[in-house]
Amino acid sequence: MAEMSMREGYGRALAEYGEINPDVVVLDADTSASTLSHFFAQRFPERFFNIGIAEPCMVDVAVGLALGGKIPFANAFAALVSLRALEQIRTCVCYARRNVKLAAGYAGLSDFKDGPTHHAIMDIATMRAMPEMTVIVPADALEAGKWVPVMAEYEGPVYFRLSRAATIPVHNEGLQVEIGKGITLREGSDVTIVGTGSMVGRSLLAAEKLAKEGMEARVLEIHTVKPLDVDLIWQAAEETGAIVTAEEHSVIGGLGGAVAETLCVGRPVALERVGVADTFTCTALDPESLMDACGLAVEDIVTAVKRVLGRKPR
Amino acid sequence: MSYHPESLIIELEERARELRIDSLAMIYRRGAGHPGGSLSVAEIMAALFFHKMRLDPERPDWPERDRFILSKGHASAILYAALARRGFFPMEDLKQWGELSCHLQGHPDCLKTPGVEMTSGILGHGVAIGSGWALAARMNHLNYRVYVLLGDGECQAGVVWEGAMTAAKYRLANLTAIVDYNDVQLDGPVHEIMPMEPFVGKWQVFNWAVLEINGHNMRQVVEALDMADEIHDRPTVIVAHTTKGKGVSFMENDSHWHGVPPDDVQYAQAIAELRGEV
Repeated sequence: MAEMSMREGYGRALAEYGEINPDVVVLDADTSASTLSHFFAQRFPERFFNIGIAEPCMVDVAVGLALGGKIPFANAFAALVSLRALEQIRTCVCYARRNVKLAAGYAGLSDFKDGPTHHAIMDIATMRAMPEMTVIVPADALEAGKWVPVMAEYEGPVYFRLSRAATIPVHNEGLQVEIGKGITLREGSDVTIVGTGSMVGRSLLAAEKLAKEGMEARVLEIHTVKPLDVDLIWQAAEETGAIVTAEEHSVIGGLGGAVAETLCVGRPVALERVGVADTFTCTALDPESLMDACGLAVEDIVTAVKRVLGRKPR
Repeated sequence: MSYHPESLIIELEERARELRIDSLAMIYRRGAGHPGGSLSVAEIMAALFFHKMRLDPERPDWPERDRFILSKGHASAILYAALARRGFFPMEDLKQWGELSCHLQGHPDCLKTPGVEMTSGILGHGVAIGSGWALAARMNHLNYRVYVLLGDGECQAGVVWEGAMTAAKYRLANLTAIVDYNDVQLDGPVHEIMPMEPFVGKWQVFNWAVLEINGHNMRQVVEALDMADEIHDRPTVIVAHTTKGKGVSFMENDSHWHGVPPDDVQYAQAIAELRGEV
C-alpha cells in the first residue's frame, strides 16, 4: 500500500479534530479537493467556507472569524497564500495578532507537475521574517496530523507548511510534538544534519549511508522553523562541531538561514546548506526526481556532510 | 424604523462638529495625519458612535457590542476623537498621538488602543474581515452588527470586491458597509485616477442592498443606518456622498489636503470656520 500523503494525514486529522473542538472553522480558496480540507467540509458543511480563488480575501475572512472567537484554518496552495495574501498575513494576521492558522499545501516542489508557478521555495523565508508568526513544517503524514490539535490549542498565528506528496515516513504513532522543540532522531558525534519537512527522511537515509563510510551523523528534526530550538542546535554544534541543514526550500532565508543566524551569534561552527539553489525550478513527472534534480538528493546531503567535515577544525 | 426627533439630529450635528475640531487639532499638533478624509466622515462617525452602535466603554470586549472597522485607517484622527469622547480613553491621550510612548498609532492598532476593534491602515481589508466577523456572529447566535467604513478610492482595491462577493454569498445581513464617496484621493479626483462609476450599480450587481445618501445630512445618515437593519437577506452598503475636507473652505475638494497638516495660519482659520466664527 502506498504511503499516506502529508495532505491526507492533515486533512483527515482536521476533520477528526472538528468533532472535538466546535470552535474550529475551515476556509479554502477553491482547493479543498487538493488540500483535502474537503474531509472537514463533508463532515461540517456549516463550518466550512469556500471563498473561491481569492486567497487575500480568504485570509481576511479568516481574520474576521478569529475576531469573532473562532479558530480558523485557512487552506490554500503555499505558493499562492504566501505571495498573494502576504500583506493580509503581515497586517491583519501577524501585526493584529489574530488566531489564524494558515495551512499551506503543495509546498516546496511537491506540485511537481505544475512547475515553478506552483512551487513554493521562498515561503519559509517570508513567513519567518514576520513578527508574531510561528512556522511549522511537518516531516511526514503522521506528524502532519499530530499538529492539528496542537496548533488549534495554541493562541496565535501559525504558518503550517504541507507537502502534497507522501514523504518518507519518519515517525511512529506515539509521536508527541511541541512547538519550538526539535526532535533528535538519530545520535551521532561527527556531524549534525538538521532537516525539516520532506528532507527529514532524506537526512536519515543520508546518515545511514554515511555510517557505512564510518561517519556518525546526528539527525535533528526542526519542525518549528520559528521559534527555532536554539538550545538544541547550539548543543549539536558544541558536541559535533559541524552542521548541515536540509530543506525543500531556497537556500536563502529558510531553515539554513535560520540555523546560520543562530550559529554565527552563539556557536560559530562550519555549516553547509542543502536546499534549492537561488534559481527557479522546473516541471517534472514525479516529486522525488524533481527534488533530486534540484539539489535535494540524499547524495547531496552526503556530499554536503563531507564538505563540512573538511572544513571542521581537527 | 423609529422616528428621530430634531433634537437628536441637532445633538449629533454638534457631535460631528466637535469631532472635526478634535481631528484637526490632533493633526495640527502632531504635524501629521489625514485631514480631508477625517472631515468628510464626521457625520457618519458621530451617528455611529453617539447614536447607532451599541457600545460600552466600560466593557470594550462586551460580546453583544456592535463592531466597527475603520477600513480607511488613515482617517484615524476622527476615530480616536470619537473613542475618546465616547469614554474609551482620556481626551488627554489625544494630545500624545504619535509619541513613542502613546498607544495611539499613526494608523489604528487594535492591540494598543481601547475601542479600536481591528488594526487597519492598508486599504481594502474591511469588507472581507467584516464578512468573517459577521459570519462568526451568526454562528455564535449573537445579534451584533458589523460596520465597515471605507473610502471610495479604497474601492479600487480588488480585495474589496472579493469581500463583497463573500458577504453576498453568505447573505450577511448583519454587515453594513459605508462608503465615504468624496471623489478625492491622494493623487487627485477619483473620477480621473480610476473612475468608479457606476458605483451604486457595482454594489447592486454584487448582490448588496444599496442606500444612497448625502453623507453630511445627519437625518439621512441616521435613517440609512436604521434602514440597513430592516434588510434581512443581504448585506447593505450606504453610499454616502460627501465632501473631502468638509467644513474647512480651503480644504474642501482639494486632494492636497488628503494627508497634509495645516500650518499655524491655516489651522487658526480652519478652527474659526468650524466654530462658525467666520
